[in-house]
Amino acid sequence: MITVSNVNKSFADLKVLNDISINFEAGKTNLIIGQSGSGKTVLLKSIIGLHEVDSGSIFYNNRDFTSMNLKGRKEIRKEMGMVFQGGALFDSMSVEENVLFPLDMFSDMSEKEKKDRANFCLNRVNIQNSNHLFPAEISGGMQKRVAIARAIALNPKYLFCDEPNSGLDPVTAILIDNLILEITKEYNMTTIINTHDMNSVMEIGEKIIFISKGNKVWEGSKDEIFDTDNKDLNDFVFASELYKKIKKIS
Amino acid sequence: MNLFENVGKFSRFLVLVFSKPEKGKTLFSQIIREIDKLGINSIGIVVIISLFMGAVITLQTAYNMLNPLLPDYLVGYTTRESMLLEFSSTIVGLILAGKVGSNIASEIGSMRVTEQIDALEIMGINSANHLVLPKIIAAIFINPFLYILSVFVGITGGLLAGYLTGTVNLADYIDGIQYAFIPYYITYSLIKTAVFAFIITAIPSFYGYYVKGGALEVGRASTKAVVNSSILILLANVILTQILLK
Ligand SMILES: Nc1ncnc2c1ncn2[C@@H]1O[C@H](COP(=O)(O)OP(=O)(O)O)[C@@H](O)[C@H]1O
Ligand SMILES: [Mg+2]
Repeated sequence: MITVSNVNKSFADLKVLNDISINFEAGKTNLIIGQSGSGKTVLLKSIIGLHEVDSGSIFYNNRDFTSMNLKGRKEIRKEMGMVFQGGALFDSMSVEENVLFPLDMFSDMSEKEKKDRANFCLNRVNIQNSNHLFPAEISGGMQKRVAIARAIALNPKYLFCDEPNSGLDPVTAILIDNLILEITKEYNMTTIINTHDMNSVMEIGEKIIFISKGNKVWEGSKDEIFDTDNKDLNDFVFASELYKKIKKIS
Repeated sequence: MNLFENVGKFSRFLVLVFSKPEKGKTLFSQIIREIDKLGINSIGIVVIISLFMGAVITLQTAYNMLNPLLPDYLVGYTTRESMLLEFSSTIVGLILAGKVGSNIASEIGSMRVTEQIDALEIMGINSANHLVLPKIIAAIFINPFLYILSVFVGITGGLLAGYLTGTVNLADYIDGIQYAFIPYYITYSLIKTAVFAFIITAIPSFYGYYVKGGALEVGRASTKAVVNSSILILLANVILTQILLK
């Protein structure tokens, strides 16, 4: 479980996060949704400490991450996995080396155990026979899957995904979404996903938090979204003709 | 950003770079890789420019010494001193600032803008230390060898040019390159080379590491890195010469 409590964040004069409090639940996919520029990435990066918050606290299973020094944070970071928006694979390393990297740095496994673990993770995301290719040589969807494999290599308790299916075709996007959901269940992780894609919300959203212009406007389940009378959320969700029709039918 | 702000930021960057690495074994294999990338890969360019510069220095000196009162060994002597004192350390340093510097700044800069540096940080790795320390150590280790190589190739280039054009007598040239040899000049130049190696790796790493934006900014950072490390090399050259040759 991750608890965000009264977090504020500004860049110079620009207030990006305004008094945000959220409970992210373990064993669930927690989706942060909102328009482009609403502050999703800044919120996620604040939660993992890549941005320092101006005020407020972040707790990982009741451990106060915000007040920790670098050493304490490093320990918690070993329990985190993150899938960045562009995948952020190390482009000087092959697919296999990317997944081996966290194992090399932080595990006491033997070379063989590390290789087995890396291959297990790659298999888990349905990547076979590509171990020696480089990130530039594989498709965007494969890059995302390798990024997921790398993120889960050390069995994280917390998984973060920033727009995991952006730039992918609808079929691949749904595959990636479901993969994240399955892995979350399998390992009982606390998973936080940033997205602006309503398909993801419908596909895998268990707990949904809507932010708009840096404010948390709404939270609830995906079924509740259809009954909301919050105007901002309605404008966001039913922006497309397709969802307007769905709303009429239901 | 003003100079003082940059100096402060650079100092804090160096504190990160020179902290204890996560794993000694990884550091070692990274150093080997960087020696290959920064050093071995630069042998070609160092050989080519040293060969031609040695040749030109020899020919210029020979054609400027038609006065019969000047001793014949002076041509070899001048070539050796030019290579030893200045060319093989400073000029090679400037060339490498262009080649290695732009390479480092764009490599680290693109890692920044594609969030690869964030990916390292989130794993609990000190990214500045992980990415930059192996480069600095590798260059400080390998560049002195490039210096020695450059001196030898340059002197050989002079010999070849002088001999092939018939402007220099072989025996005189060989006399000249042994004339009034001061071993301390090599120490002086090796110290300069090591300092330049630090500048060539640390400054571009700094500019790459703090890139904000996209591909355009990476290009800009790489240009800035080359210009500023070149200026710093020239500045360090004056200071070190004053301190070491006084
Ligand atoms: N490092 C930064 N410095 C200044 N402003 C930033 C920075 N990162 C994000 N912002 C601003 O914060 C706002 C929210 O951005 P972001 O969280 O990336 O939005 P999104 O919801 O699309 O992920 C935007 O206005 C963006 O320009
Ligand atoms: Mg974003």
